[in-house]
Amino acid sequence: MKPFKKRRRGGLVATFELGEAHLLASLTGQVVELLRDRNGVEESDADPLAAQLGMGGPSLPPEDPVLQRLLPDAYRDDVEDAGEFRRFTERGLTSTKVANAEALIGSLVDGGLTFGAMPDEDGDPVEVELDDDEVQAWLRALTDVRLSLAVRLGIENDEDTMLVAQSEDEAIAAMSDIFEWLGYVQETLIAALD
Amino acid sequence: MDDVTTPTPVEIAEPDEDLVVELEDPWVTIVWNDPVNLMSYVAYVFRNYFGYTDEKAHELMLNVHHDGKAVVSSGSREQMERHVQAMHEYGLWATLERQDA
Repeated sequence: MKPFKKRRRGGLVATFELGEAHLLASLTGQVVELLRDRNGVEESDADPLAAQLGMGGPSLPPEDPVLQRLLPDAYRDDVEDAGEFRRFTERGLTSTKVANAEALIGSLVDGGLTFGAMPDEDGDPVEVELDDDEVQAWLRALTDVRLSLAVRLGIENDEDTMLVAQSEDEAIAAMSDIFEWLGYVQETLIAALD
Repeated sequence: MDDVTTPTPVEIAEPDEDLVVELEDPWVTIVWNDPVNLMSYVAYVFRNYFGYTDEKAHELMLNVHHDGKAVVSSGSREQMERHVQAMHEYGLWATLERQDA
């Protein structure tokens, strides 16, 4: 990957190897699926107008630990207030997160990423160009993907981050590498904004 | 947001000072530490969302990091709910509570 940098005519630009772009799109797509499943659960019996206004979502937190982290309680010690807040806001939050993730994937597609074929190591790199709105979507979507991976890796404190990086389980070590790499991508994005 | 509205003069009664003090900033937004979000990102969010200076944003970020949490804003319950929602959009772990809680 060539890190994000400012363009003279505005916006940011970065270049991903084709494999990296596929990986990023795939991980982001998994977050979209998870969030869509969450919003879909009560869709059938929801009042369409209420749903359109972002009202009448679920009041109970999700059972999936990744979704719990992406859609946390707003009130820490008050189940009733937390439930009420969630009922009125969770759908909107979920939709925003889906839109951010889709914007990220869209930028990769605009940069030349195609789906279907196996990622070809020798394929053309994917150059993404982000305007201000896309930068905001990328910052948030990258965060959501990193939060999701961290939950799957069982990272609950700084020490865990070290432990998974040194894991003898190859699958965990590989996922940890991806987690670190996504942090690097985000770090270069933030640095380019300054 | 409507930029072209002409402000209309409104008569405002003198506020009762005791009442103002009592109702001032009764709710707070708290951001909790997590091992995932980058320090640079957390500071960026505090700068860009709350409009804090580099210095203040950095200090709040360090408070979150070292103390496990920090109060990042105070005000009405509605305002704090909006802030918490925004923090969740950014992927920061935030809650609101009564200031004296």
